[in-house]
Amino acid sequence: MAAPSAVLQSEWTKVRSVRSTVWTLVAALGATVVISGLLCLLTNVQWKNIDEGGRATFDPTTTSLSGLILGQLALIVFGVLVISSEYSTGMIRTSLAAVPQRGTFYAAKVAVTGVLALVVGMSTSFLSFFIGQALLGSHNTSISDTGVLRAVFGGGVYMTLMVLFAVGVATILRSPMLSLGILMPFFFLISPILAAVPGAKIVARYFPDRAGSKIMQVVAVDDGRPYGPWTGLLIMAAWVAAALIGGYVSLKRRDA
Amino acid sequence: MIEAAGLTKRYGAKTAVYNLSFQVRPGAVTGFLGPNGSGKSTTMRMILGLDAPSEGRATIGGLPYRELPNAPRRVGALLDAKAVHGGRSARQHLLCVAQLSGIPARRVDEVLGVVGLQEVAHRRSKGFSLGMGQRLGIAGALLGDPEVLLFDEPVNGLDPEGIHWVRNLMRRLASEGRTVFVSSHLMSEMALTADHLIVIGRGQLLADMSVKDFIAHNSAGYALVRTPDDPAQGEKLTAALTKAGGHAQAEPDGRLRVSGLELRQISELAHEADVRLWELSPHQASLEEAYMRMTNNAVDYRSTQDRRAGLAPMTEVVR
Repeated sequence: MAAPSAVLQSEWTKVRSVRSTVWTLVAALGATVVISGLLCLLTNVQWKNIDEGGRATFDPTTTSLSGLILGQLALIVFGVLVISSEYSTGMIRTSLAAVPQRGTFYAAKVAVTGVLALVVGMSTSFLSFFIGQALLGSHNTSISDTGVLRAVFGGGVYMTLMVLFAVGVATILRSPMLSLGILMPFFFLISPILAAVPGAKIVARYFPDRAGSKIMQVVAVDDGRPYGPWTGLLIMAAWVAAALIGGYVSLKRRDA
Repeated sequence: MIEAAGLTKRYGAKTAVYNLSFQVRPGAVTGFLGPNGSGKSTTMRMILGLDAPSEGRATIGGLPYRELPNAPRRVGALLDAKAVHGGRSARQHLLCVAQLSGIPARRVDEVLGVVGLQEVAHRRSKGFSLGMGQRLGIAGALLGDPEVLLFDEPVNGLDPEGIHWVRNLMRRLASEGRTVFVSSHLMSEMALTADHLIVIGRGQLLADMSVKDFIAHNSAGYALVRTPDDPAQGEKLTAALTKAGGHAQAEPDGRLRVSGLELRQISELAHEADVRLWELSPHQASLEEAYMRMTNNAVDYRSTQDRRAGLAPMTEVVR
């Protein structure tokens, strides 16, 4: 039996030895921090032009994490690449010949990917928050305010879940092109658009990214979502669990 | 020992492998021969537990691959030398595979030395030539120092020196008591490397015997006879040979191909018919011919002649 620790070590080597996977993580961090920072700076500069309603519902925490809308795309690419590059290069046959216990192989990959995503996600979330608050000037909030720590911590969790969702979907679809072709447009265009369309809103609320992002909201806004921040994260976690289980079943049953 | 019993693999309506049963014994190089698309790679993948057979089973040492304790230390395989992430260096690729099996890092450097890639160990595999890629794949198979080795077309793309090296490597591994299973579609190469042959065509077993038996079975001996240019002499001889029960066929170069008669008998018959012989030599049909004949009905992809009927003749030279 291949020792799980050996498989974990191999998965770690696989991730760090390929430049593309390292760069996607750097891009995720960079994009989130830069875009959040820019938005905060802009808000600070344009504050006098914002109306009463806008100022009342202004959420400094969410604003300082807003870059995630782009950063999460880089994270999706990371999650997809980690598994689908095995199929596109044919490495999957070597890997599964060396680790015939497919459950162990899958678990190790998910574990290494998840831990990396958590580390990068937390760093990104906190870094983005602090830089954003600094740029917001007098309109900022403090980490010790109610709900702020939950939001920033939740942002890191959100990013981890996003990566794991991509891993699950990519394991089922196998092709990097197909996985990215479905996940990227979905999270970047379809989800936000449907969330704004009156009829589709009711369903769109339960999409993983829509549900999960509630955790990053501090200022209570009545956007019609019937769940709280932690419930929203749980809904996202349910999506992730379904994707990962689907991936496991697909890997175990199908030919390599 | 590798054992296949009733292996069958269907992809929808197409049957890739049907009712394949054979044994691959240790201490010898067993060649797995068949035309392109005959099911060799599919069979090897089933042995390695990568594809699930539709029927039947394949075992190594009595157990299916997935149930082997520490499979990579018992079985090494080269399935597809191109299955390497181009962005990784040779050493890192082998390190990933080694770590999966709990093999220490110094073994990686050892096998790189064995295959001769120690100079380019830190180069990204994207830039490897075909031969270097094959060597990297072979290195991966040797990592666990396994007692069972499977190679799927290992000499593809290798220059004569490389082919010679692989051939010697395999014979050496077999002489150490290991089970060596090599697939190829080149009969001439197999005849030099293998001790035992398993021939497959359209997914079915065609032959399972030692190389010597294969040669004896399938290449009929014949004699080539040359008579003086006078056609009357040739006809007289042909008549005499046919009357004695032999079969004479005219070859394009003017010689007669005679089968069914011994050299001695041909010489006697020629003497009785008063025909002078300028050449009388024994021949054995080459292994290639024997193999072609055997797999003739099992070839999936057959080419046709290019009659160029679809192209209009060029009337002017285009400048």
